[in-house]
Amino acid sequence: MISQYIVNGLLTGGLYACLAVGFSLVWGVLNVVNMLHGSMVVLGAYFCLYGVQQLGLPLYAVAPVACVILFVFGYAIQRGLLNRVITQPILITLTLTFGLDLIVNNLIIHVFSATPQSLVTNFGTIEFAGVRVPVVRVGGMLVAVVLTLVLYWLLRHSKIGRAIIAVRMDRHAAALMGIRIPHIYALTFGIGAFMAGAAGCAMALIYPVTPMMSGVFLGKAFVICVLGGLGSVPGAIIGGLVLGVVEGLGTLTLGQQWATSVGFIMMMAVIVLFPTGIMGKKGYE
Amino acid sequence: MIIDRAFALKIAFGVLLFACGAGLSAVLDNYYLQVGTTLAMLCALCWAWNIVGGYMGYPALCMISFFGIGAYAGGIAQAAGVSESLAWLIAAGVGALFALLLGVPLLRLKGHYFAVGTIASVEVLREVANNWEQLTGGAVGLNLPIHAGSPDEVGRFFYLAMLGLAFLAFLITALVDRTKFGFGLRCIRQNEQAASMVGIDVFKYKVGAFVLTGVLGAATGAIYASMVAFLEPKDAFNLIMTIEIPVMVMLGGMGTIFGPLIGGVSYVILKEFVWAYFINWHSGILGLIVVTVIYFLPVGVLGLTWRDIFKKLGASKSTRPATSDIARSTS
Repeated sequence: MISQYIVNGLLTGGLYACLAVGFSLVWGVLNVVNMLHGSMVVLGAYFCLYGVQQLGLPLYAVAPVACVILFVFGYAIQRGLLNRVITQPILITLTLTFGLDLIVNNLIIHVFSATPQSLVTNFGTIEFAGVRVPVVRVGGMLVAVVLTLVLYWLLRHSKIGRAIIAVRMDRHAAALMGIRIPHIYALTFGIGAFMAGAAGCAMALIYPVTPMMSGVFLGKAFVICVLGGLGSVPGAIIGGLVLGVVEGLGTLTLGQQWATSVGFIMMMAVIVLFPTGIMGKKGYE
Repeated sequence: MIIDRAFALKIAFGVLLFACGAGLSAVLDNYYLQVGTTLAMLCALCWAWNIVGGYMGYPALCMISFFGIGAYAGGIAQAAGVSESLAWLIAAGVGALFALLLGVPLLRLKGHYFAVGTIASVEVLREVANNWEQLTGGAVGLNLPIHAGSPDEVGRFFYLAMLGLAFLAFLITALVDRTKFGFGLRCIRQNEQAASMVGIDVFKYKVGAFVLTGVLGAATGAIYASMVAFLEPKDAFNLIMTIEIPVMVMLGGMGTIFGPLIGGVSYVILKEFVWAYFINWHSGILGLIVVTVIYFLPVGVLGLTWRDIFKKLGASKSTRPATSDIARSTS
């Protein structure tokens, strides 16, 4: 029984990691709390649903396109709007992204309607040592984790990744080294949106999605980001897995309705006790 | 306390406005009383938030935590048979205690962590209100005894009660504006380390401001609870409202005496208009309003040529640091 809950928690946790890593990167590098993140996840899910259900395209073709559209969307938002207020106090950037979130969410409701939708998929279940898991959840989780690891690798080894890290460490010095700060900011936000889109596609496979869920996704991203430490990719993975398992165990011991509260209370505790997150210090990839 | 002529005039103007508001209650019909009550409620919340958010410059997004705590404290007390006015006082006390408990850990944090901690408090409280069914009635809601009297009398009573509370919040703001306490808060906003160097007990000041905000927010919540006579977690802890309040104050001018009033009134008028004509698009249009306020009202964000017009409206120059050169080089 407990092992079933833990496995479920780990599977959900993999998705959570993908959900939070973009949010965490944006927060860490841009110093912006992106309230738009939840809506971007929902947007990714709806693009995926639209492509598969309305256009009849195969899933493996639709999902990358949805992610790329979100990347462009994120790049444009950052380049056009957020870059202009990026040095303002946090209240300004936070309320700005909140306002954008209201607009985007309203648009989603209008275009795709507010009824819950999900992709009906049946790939069977795997049974292993008394634990049953649907294949689709394993697949979604694997894709999410692989993408997160690819992002980690890119940040460590690609030229753009190093530039992003450099900007996070010291914006002024990075500018002196010839890094185009506005471009890097926009790129970072775009990557955040890309990961949100990927998480959205994976979510659409597993849960029914409605536009109202953006707040839930955003809440998860908050908790994971604080647990794992800002802007840290390994932190997001560990934070996601921890949250998944803790929620699973919370459901088991306290009941379903307390699962979300357990996450938030854990986050409040971490925020007060270790403001740098479980993954500690700087965590520069 | 420093009283000069301009300040005395401001106070006199405020008192006159509130006197007019109270006088109007005799002639207004029920719909306008309702709008007036909402207006007074939001202005009271704006004034309360302005102490922490405007004068002290901390991005506190927990206004609705205080409001909801007050609403539930007052509601539970009233449902248990306590009289209305006593329930309001109890709620204010609970608000103070809650603000103290929340403020002592959270006020040690800076910037984003503080903002996120305060937002999280709204989420946690809503979940608790949802799940602690014995105390709060859970998602089903909590029924309060309904205020006795004809609809007109009840409407007038709550209008005057809210107006009185808003007046109290106004007076407290005026006091904060002119005393050593408010001066200390402004120092903290500009540079916390420097403030502590010149002998301000920074932490005590911060907690004091937080508690003041908490008391006012909770009292507003308690009056609201008695007015609607029914409480639900998602109404009492509304995440949108917790961000709307700062936007209203920003619209009017942070860290000023009249900013919350101007912001609250113009926001409510805008919102009523949007609700009346664009019901399907209201959240999108509210988002547009928020975005517009941020781009066109903070001084110097875009170096707008007609920003002087706005400056007169908001008188917000003093609260915002000028955008540094980096902003220009990054945009």
